[in-house]
Amino acid sequence: MRASQRRHRVIEVSAERAWEVVGRAALLHLWFPGITSCVVEGDTRTIVLGSGVSLPETILTNDALQRRFQYRITGGLFAEHLGTIDVIALEENRCLAIYSSDADPGVMAIVLGGATGGALEELARQLETGVGPAIDALTTTET
Amino acid sequence: MGRKILFITTDQQRYDTLGCNGGELSRTPVVDRLAAEGVRYERAVPQSVVCMPSRSTMLTGQHPSTHGVWMNGVALPVDAPSVAAVLHQSGYRTALVGKPHFEPFLDPFNRFTENRVAASGLPTAQSLQADGGMGPHRGFDHLEFATHSPAGSLHYARWMVENHFDALGGFYAVLDKELEVNAAGGGDTGAPQVQINPVAREWYHTDWVADRTIAWLDGLEADDDWFCWMSFPDPHHPWDPPASELGRVDWRDVPLPAGYVADLAERERILDDKPRHWRLWYDGELVSNYEAPTRWVPATLTADQVREVNAVNAVEVELIDEAIGRVLAAAQARGWAEDLDVVFTTDHGELQGDFGLLFKGPYHVDGLMRLPLIWRPAPSAGVEAATVTLPVGLVDLAPTFCAIAGLDAQPWMEGNALPLDDADAAARGFERVLTEWDSELFGVAVHLRTITRDGWVCTTYRPGTVHDGSEGELYDLSEDPLQQVNRWDDAAVRSIRDDLVADLGDHLPAPRVPRLPVDAPV
Repeated sequence: MRASQRRHRVIEVSAERAWEVVGRAALLHLWFPGITSCVVEGDTRTIVLGSGVSLPETILTNDALQRRFQYRITGGLFAEHLGTIDVIALEENRCLAIYSSDADPGVMAIVLGGATGGALEELARQLETGVGPAIDALTTTET
Repeated sequence: MGRKILFITTDQQRYDTLGCNGGELSRTPVVDRLAAEGVRYERAVPQSVVCMPSRSTMLTGQHPSTHGVWMNGVALPVDAPSVAAVLHQSGYRTALVGKPHFEPFLDPFNRFTENRVAASGLPTAQSLQADGGMGPHRGFDHLEFATHSPAGSLHYARWMVENHFDALGGFYAVLDKELEVNAAGGGDTGAPQVQINPVAREWYHTDWVADRTIAWLDGLEADDDWFCWMSFPDPHHPWDPPASELGRVDWRDVPLPAGYVADLAERERILDDKPRHWRLWYDGELVSNYEAPTRWVPATLTADQVREVNAVNAVEVELIDEAIGRVLAAAQARGWAEDLDVVFTTDHGELQGDFGLLFKGPYHVDGLMRLPLIWRPAPSAGVEAATVTLPVGLVDLAPTFCAIAGLDAQPWMEGNALPLDDADAAARGFERVLTEWDSELFGVAVHLRTITRDGWVCTTYRPGTVHDGSEGELYDLSEDPLQQVNRWDDAAVRSIRDDLVADLGDHLPAPRVPRLPVDAPV
């Protein structure tokens, strides 16, 4: 049985600023609690979870114009998976980040939903305070 | 030197499984003796009939609406108030050994402290406290965890993997390959979640919990004050106790429980008289929560399967009783017997064949709602043995622990220290107990609010995906102890219904806003 979960968070920064973090696939572990590392090679990203489980992912969409990032977990217990992060501008310095998880088994969608909710909170915290490893990595990359 | 507190919980145990409560299947001499020497509660009611909300109520002394754990899979915030933290701050040594479940088990990201502590090898973790400071996680300076199987990453599972790897395969797989609660049958009758487990008795989690509790007690100084929550995972399904013990109760000799309606037509008529999710689940057309196997159809449950489940459950109850006996003996050997308070209860009940159903769910009837609760005060306190018939709740436990320790109940606690007899209960206003159910899973939403008062149980339904909010259940516990006659629409008792519904509305705490997120199915 498949299931779909969606989490969202209004973030008090511009959509462009939020997308700078979200659109860089290799920074995921710096704002997603429970992911300890990630490595990107081409359109393949490999993440390692806090439990030590390693999961390969295929990056499907990284669209800076729509500000949409999509990926598919291709290993583990998943018969099917699609992760989607959308960043939508609300005002000049305000945006809405939406993180959706579709999965079979459906139980994993719920687990991912909980984890992505935590990730959006951490993303917002770092962006709004300007402090955190993802922001640091961004600065390093910018300079 | 103050009174020590041994708080014993089981998981999913019915009131009528204890000898002191009239049970005839299990031999429970240890708990029966505690009851004979202390206070036995005949109408102890949980504030939720699933684990995480109910356990959160025990720890916080709050209703689910207040602590916010509205269904399984919702994590209790790390800085939620905790009676263990209150005791710790007043000098008590504090431990939780066994099943915690304030946070989700299904946690591949290792986001939750319970899972991280088990992996760390440390006795506890430093967490944010309700007062804004830092302290041991939820107030416990020793944490050692187990759950219903050796799967996962908790201490018991790690111990089994390290020491008895070959025995792992004997346990029932709680989840199937699609991570649904397993519907596979076993034993002699093919009953769901039953399995003959060749594991050695001393490696089973019941004895492990007792062993680890004794080990912690052994490490204390003689004059330490201590609070130990010893939390047995059984007799919650799966029903897979050590095979060596199954001979204690032959399922073929087990009578069908009083709540099992053998006549099919009568059973279905009773179910049809209740709100529609009862019958929908029975027919396999609706699963509203993750606590029962998705692919299991209750209507397929046979009388022999009910017998076997009850027999195996009784074996697990006996093993717990014997484990408690070992821990009490260890405490006595340390010279603590005179100053030791023992509280025994469970988080919720089990349908165990009532209405042709097993497991649990949004069904506020005695199988799930009437709990064993015994408080054996320290003999040095000089409390007379008594039976309390007025309703009490698990919400009353936290203030009870404060009272034992000589502390005032905290302002955030919503219950009152348990009464010592009916006169005490009446004098202190023990009149009503409230129970909540909320679940939203895979597109199915169910919301119940229940009041137990004056010998009645009254459940109201809020709009969801199955109910329109007009449904209800009303049972007269004295005339209908099996809750087979729903009087919600009976004009003869309309004034009672209206009074109970109004009283329920007057006393329900305001819901926590914003609602806490669901982080996992369990």
